[in-house]
Amino acid sequence: MQFDLVSPERELASMEAAAVQIPGADGDMTVMADHAPTITTLRPGLLRVEASGSTHEYVVTGGFAEINAQGVSVLAERAVARGDMTQDEMDAMCDEAQDVYNRAKQAAANEPGPVDDAVKLMADMVAVGSEIGLNTKQPSL
Amino acid sequence: MPNLKDLKNRIASVKSTRKITKAMQMVAAAKLRRAQEAAEQSRPYTERFLAVMAGLSSAAEGSDSAPKLLSGTGSDQVHMLVVMTSERGLCGGFNTNIVKLAKSHATKLQGQGKTVKILTVGKKGRDQLKRDFGDLLVGHVDMSDVKRMSYGDAQGVAKNVLGRFDDGEFDVATIFFGKFQNVVTQIPTAQQIIPFAVPEGYEASETLYDYEPDEEAILADLLPRAVATAIFAALLENAASEQGARMSAMDNATRNAGDMIDQLTIEYNRSRQAVITNELIEIISGAEAL
Repeated sequence: MQFDLVSPERELASMEAAAVQIPGADGDMTVMADHAPTITTLRPGLLRVEASGSTHEYVVTGGFAEINAQGVSVLAERAVARGDMTQDEMDAMCDEAQDVYNRAKQAAANEPGPVDDAVKLMADMVAVGSEIGLNTKQPSL
Repeated sequence: MPNLKDLKNRIASVKSTRKITKAMQMVAAAKLRRAQEAAEQSRPYTERFLAVMAGLSSAAEGSDSAPKLLSGTGSDQVHMLVVMTSERGLCGGFNTNIVKLAKSHATKLQGQGKTVKILTVGKKGRDQLKRDFGDLLVGHVDMSDVKRMSYGDAQGVAKNVLGRFDDGEFDVATIFFGKFQNVVTQIPTAQQIIPFAVPEGYEASETLYDYEPDEEAILADLLPRAVATAIFAALLENAASEQGARMSAMDNATRNAGDMIDQLTIEYNRSRQAVITNELIEIISGAEAL
């Protein structure tokens, strides 16, 4: 199964993969060959790719994954290999989530929908941080 | 006839001008290669993104609940023109061409009784638009600190535009930028980004997809990103175009300086010869008089 990971700035990975674990907005899913064609949005999380004995991990945020007969393409606005993840990048991602929350709160004070989404986004950030062992700023709600 | 010393100084000054333009041309050539690579590398993302968007938006187009970014606000009274130019000059007609297109667009819209607002990205465009359309400028995004265009920069512009859209400041947004054709040709281009329209050549694929969460949620999530993606693509095109335009402008300047040096050198040699001839005549006629 073909696996592609592209960000707006470049193509990060293109390889044969046995299984890809995608952090979908509605929950993680593992894609193997002959998966039903699916399009899912991503939540901030770890993308795990198993290819010929080795496992590659990427931190991805914002974007979507397209699964079709040829394989999986993941389009992430921000994608960094787990090993290259730095504290600065983590901070930038947290700030971005905080920013989304602030704006959502301002724009939709009376509807819980967007604010809840933003809170979830920040919770996802913290979860990613703790999973890969980086500090995340405490979200201010 | 200018005296010899003046001519000599002119030649020296044109020579140093030529050195500068030559250096600028070589720098632009190196930057152009990098800008083209960046544009090249962003292409897979843009293409796949648009392919998925084509499928999603064609499904949602008819429905009443389609997001505003796709279906529009129901009016096209207020237009936002996002004019993207460079931060630096000395790149031939690059900025002027983009501004000219934006100006004609603005005048046309005003003729139809529409309200026009202009957001500028890059200093040069703002400077040129200030004179005729100063009262229409609603904002400016400064890119002078940006060394390498990143997606974050495009997101900044997109946020600015989307924020204004959410506040109901405008109905239709169009971006203006220079499309890179080759080193000598950059095509000033206008592209509508809000309401979002899938560019031609992208067809909805025939595969039936499962959507997670549902189609509408995905579409609502992806539309703002589509705006950012379109702006990013335009900024990259612009960066490549700017360097291409600068390269050919500086190439011309270098060649002109060379021609000028040749001409001045001929003039210099002639006047030097004239001075010598003069002196000889004086000496000979002096000797004959004795």
